[in-house]
Amino acid sequence: MSARKTILSQITASLKENSGTLTSQADRMTAAERRVNSHPRGVIPDLTTKSGSSTLSVFCEKAVAAQATIKKVKSYAKAGSAVQSFLRQHNLPQQIRTGSDPKNSKLVWDKNLAPQILVGPSDGNDLVCLSHALGAVAETGTLYLISGPSNPTTLNFLPENHVVIVAEKDIRKSYEGMWKTLRRKYGKGKLPRTVNMITGPSRSADIEQTLILGAHGPLKLHVIVVEE
Amino acid sequence: MEINSPQFKLNAKTALGDKQLQGALGHVRENFTGKRAKARAQLPQFDDLRQNARAIKDHVLEHLDVYLELYEQKVLESGGMVHWARDAQEARGIVLDICRKTNAKTVTKGKSMISEEIGLNEFLQDNDIEPIETDLGEYIIQLRGENPSHIIAPAVHLNMDQVREEFRKAHTHLPDNRPLNEPQSLLSEARGILREKFLAADIGITGANFLVAETGTSVIVTNEGNGDLTQTLPRVHVVLASIEKIVPTLEDMAQITRVLARSATGQEITVYTTLSTGPRRKLDVDGPEEYHVILLDNGRSKMLGNEFSQMLRCIRCGACLNHCPVYQAIGGHAYGWVYPGPMGAVLTPNLIGIDKAGHLPNASTFCGRCEAVCPMLIPLPKMMRSWREKEFERHLSPYSQRRGIALWAWMAKRPKIYRFVTSIAARCLSVIGGANKQINRLPMAGGWTAHRALPAPHGATFMALYNRQKGRR
Repeated sequence: MSARKTILSQITASLKENSGTLTSQADRMTAAERRVNSHPRGVIPDLTTKSGSSTLSVFCEKAVAAQATIKKVKSYAKAGSAVQSFLRQHNLPQQIRTGSDPKNSKLVWDKNLAPQILVGPSDGNDLVCLSHALGAVAETGTLYLISGPSNPTTLNFLPENHVVIVAEKDIRKSYEGMWKTLRRKYGKGKLPRTVNMITGPSRSADIEQTLILGAHGPLKLHVIVVEE
Repeated sequence: MEINSPQFKLNAKTALGDKQLQGALGHVRENFTGKRAKARAQLPQFDDLRQNARAIKDHVLEHLDVYLELYEQKVLESGGMVHWARDAQEARGIVLDICRKTNAKTVTKGKSMISEEIGLNEFLQDNDIEPIETDLGEYIIQLRGENPSHIIAPAVHLNMDQVREEFRKAHTHLPDNRPLNEPQSLLSEARGILREKFLAADIGITGANFLVAETGTSVIVTNEGNGDLTQTLPRVHVVLASIEKIVPTLEDMAQITRVLARSATGQEITVYTTLSTGPRRKLDVDGPEEYHVILLDNGRSKMLGNEFSQMLRCIRCGACLNHCPVYQAIGGHAYGWVYPGPMGAVLTPNLIGIDKAGHLPNASTFCGRCEAVCPMLIPLPKMMRSWREKEFERHLSPYSQRRGIALWAWMAKRPKIYRFVTSIAARCLSVIGGANKQINRLPMAGGWTAHRALPAPHGATFMALYNRQKGRR
């Protein structure tokens, strides 16, 4: 008997043993499919925090609590110079690795000093990478990044500095809002290769439980919120 | 992995006398418990979430076979491969097969307890494949040739001096006189060294915190980002997961995530929660070209039918370890295998047998803190008690203990004799206790009196008092 068959029949036998009676395989499959199709939400935590309960203010407060930095701008055009001032503030060269996201064309760079833009996946030699988030969740200050040519996954983990742009309209109150967005965009029961939920820069507390930022991923996570 | 659980008593004694270890365990007592308490206090719905998390997992376990089939179908639809492993040996064989087909020389690894359970590193080495642990804690203990001492903080038994010493010994290509006085400098050094390994690896192996049936997705939660580099850079991504990791939907995953990090590190969510579905897509410019999931049973499908089935709700947060007075006193290595603390005391006998792990469920004061903090409401003390009963039934406990309990049971069923004997015993102990009412040495109870005095009974027995007062206060 194949391993698959052995395991599945042992599970069925155990369930029978435990409950005495067991509904038919078909009935149990129907129950499972019903749950998958209806995907009940369960308990959603309250969002009110000390900075009020608007989705944007909670998102900012939670992201900062997770050691991300935040800059709010009024348009994509202005997001370009927000990226550049982050580079200047941290004495970083004006060189950015990014994907082929069409939103990049809306960014307007400083007149006299446009940064050098490199497009494509990272090989680990980039100091700064720029990504666009599909959305974010206020509950914990979490960004949602989606794999693909627009925003390659390597950009999220290899650079020391990761700058992420997210539109205010794409920030949801809780994770459940983002699952809805993902289902609408990719279809029911489907996801892109990787969905990265990112909350603050990388860290470790493995040495004497001392929390240190910048383990294997970025040392800095800078979030630019576009309030269009 | 070598099983040292039968030597638990000796291990515990050694651990209690280990000054360095006792210093390191102070961090568990203070940090982990305090952070969890704070996170719990900040979320009024925490208990409602726990109830719902338990209900979700109970529903999954009652429908586990059909959910596994739904999950498998979705993985296949997204271009991934699913392998089923009855036991550790089969799982190792499947990993080796994938390595051979890929012609792999080095394998990077994200943190995975299943990998420890099947003893993967040693096996790969024996087959000339270099496994590289990339979680900082796992990397440190791999250098030292040790096993993890905690399920989420594998190097929690070490202090900074020991880590520094290990790095100087291992990283000989770096200057001898480099300063390594801060945790920050140690972390930077590990980052630099492991970065090259990430980029050079042929295969990346990760565990899974969840398998989502709705989408055929494996999920890992991490803070360092090592798991993500492990699974993004190599050509092949292998996921090691046990069958009970299934959750039905993304919503269900989020429900359990909300209690997971809070119970573990006191974070609201880990820095990275990563959902992986199949291999890289047609237009993708990075990510693995192959995606394999190995579903490990290793005794779990049998547990589903016995009194330990609720243990399969466990999400490996480590809260029961952190809050256990026994774990806090002796650390994880004393337990002698992969899973320490209360969850280990229940799970380990199921996986390696009660004959080898009998000491583990006995190493409990039954204070109940493990159950009180468990985000999945697993009745750990009750299940440890079940193991003690089984051990007794199977005549595995020592002869003297069995005779003693049998004698006590015989008397307890005969109230007159019981009262007579206990009243004499109480009087004798009272005499031995003397003026201080303390017993410092007692025959057959040296294990107790060697470390602390036994308070001597004084006055009448409870029954004598009760009769005298005729039930009045």
